[in-house]
Amino acid sequence: MGFIHDFSKILFATCRDVLPIILLITCFQLVVLRQPIPHLRRLVVGGVYVVLGLALFLAGLEKALFPLGKIMATQLSDPVFIYGAGKEVLQADWKAYGWVYLFAAMIGFATTIAEPSLIAVAYKANEVSAGTISQWGLRLTVAVGVAFGISLGTFRIVTGTPLYLYILIGYMIVIVQTLFAPKSIIPLAYDSGGVTTSTVTVPLVAALGLGLSATVPGRNPALDGFGLIAFASLCPIITVLGYSQFMHWRVQRKTKIREKRDAL
Amino acid sequence: MIITVILKKLRAAVADLLPIVLVIAFFQIVVLKQPLPHMGEVLFGTLLVVVGLTLFVQGLEMGLFPIGETMAHALARKGSLFWLLCFAFALGFSTTVAEPALIAVAAEAAEIAGKGGLIDPGQESLQRYAFGLRMSVAFSVGLAILIGVMRIIRGWPIHYLIIGGYVLVMLMTIIAPDEIIGIAYDAGGVTTSTITVPLVAALGVGLASIIKGRSPLVDGFGLIAFASLLPMIFVMGYGVIIFG
Repeated sequence: MGFIHDFSKILFATCRDVLPIILLITCFQLVVLRQPIPHLRRLVVGGVYVVLGLALFLAGLEKALFPLGKIMATQLSDPVFIYGAGKEVLQADWKAYGWVYLFAAMIGFATTIAEPSLIAVAYKANEVSAGTISQWGLRLTVAVGVAFGISLGTFRIVTGTPLYLYILIGYMIVIVQTLFAPKSIIPLAYDSGGVTTSTVTVPLVAALGLGLSATVPGRNPALDGFGLIAFASLCPIITVLGYSQFMHWRVQRKTKIREKRDAL
Repeated sequence: MIITVILKKLRAAVADLLPIVLVIAFFQIVVLKQPLPHMGEVLFGTLLVVVGLTLFVQGLEMGLFPIGETMAHALARKGSLFWLLCFAFALGFSTTVAEPALIAVAAEAAEIAGKGGLIDPGQESLQRYAFGLRMSVAFSVGLAILIGVMRIIRGWPIHYLIIGGYVLVMLMTIIAPDEIIGIAYDAGGVTTSTITVPLVAALGVGLASIIKGRSPLVDGFGLIAFASLLPMIFVMGYGVIIFG
């Protein structure tokens, strides 16, 4: 019974999310466009699938993976686990948090692979590029970026270094990469920063950030708990641009070698 | 025939979820050395997640993508820039303003500002602050989609706009109060929900594919990038104005 109650609550919330979109589209159809929507039945069925699927997805996560992941995040950042029982720690030692960095990286990677909005964008990119951008290639590259980002973000919380320094350096890297990257990948790379952090990643990552900033000696959850999501949206841009540059460079080198061989 | 299609989709969903299950199992058993609790519940939940993801992806192909593209085509064919921009702004604003993640973040941010002595810690002033924060984020997302659609129509190169945005973020970071910076940076990430992203992506690609001289790959993407950049600037701007 408890589950049905939880599920209907989530289903209701998802419906509320969709409501403004339905209102907006209906309004535009009736007032501005004044023409029937083609394949209306199929669209409605698809819409129902999306809402139902998302609600099931979230309900399942809440039931199975989130509780465990959240408990894990607090347990791993617990000083008793990190420094051993009975030790008084005044100053955080960043070298002692190895498992935390590893957990951050792995959970960042794993949640990004399961992120529905990234699946959607990868699907679209694959379709639009006529198959040259592979869905899994894009998703894995983005996931590696998120893994690195969250890991770096936990390192920042442990050391207490200012957030803006990391972000500013990250922006510099993105700007320099933009100058050299193939033009066709740039919009997609920028987009991949925004899509990585939603339904699956945010709850687990937020739990990790708050858990860490509450238990690391000398950190204030109010000031240091934020910022992990910012890392998770910045780093994928860097990895996607980097990967495309690498592929571009490899193709160029191959053609150059071939040209040389042909010339001989 | 249908069964093989369904099985294929289910298998794809299982592949999407496998890493998360493996990571949690690994840390639970190997690192924390604890048994997996409530196995039955975990398995049931995982089953729901797999079925849910399969349905969602099916719904994307049938509903969300086509509706985004149909709207883009219909509005572009109508030829009225005003209505197209209206639609873009309304889509960004209306999907963000009631977003639960944003409401949670805004309330939390108000609490922090109240504790830090930046605003009057009374209930009313906290609520006013949180509401203002939400409105500035929703407005900025609406504006972001509008600018993004403008870019697709005019064919402006995206990197000038984004890099200009980055420079603005950097400048705002210098003048914004410390208490708002972390929230502002995170606000960029939490605004775009799972239902909005496919719709916005389809809108961009749909527009770019119907307007002459635009390529869907080069011009169709980038709307989400604006929607995650502009809120940072607006939230920091809000902080500067409120805290003087």
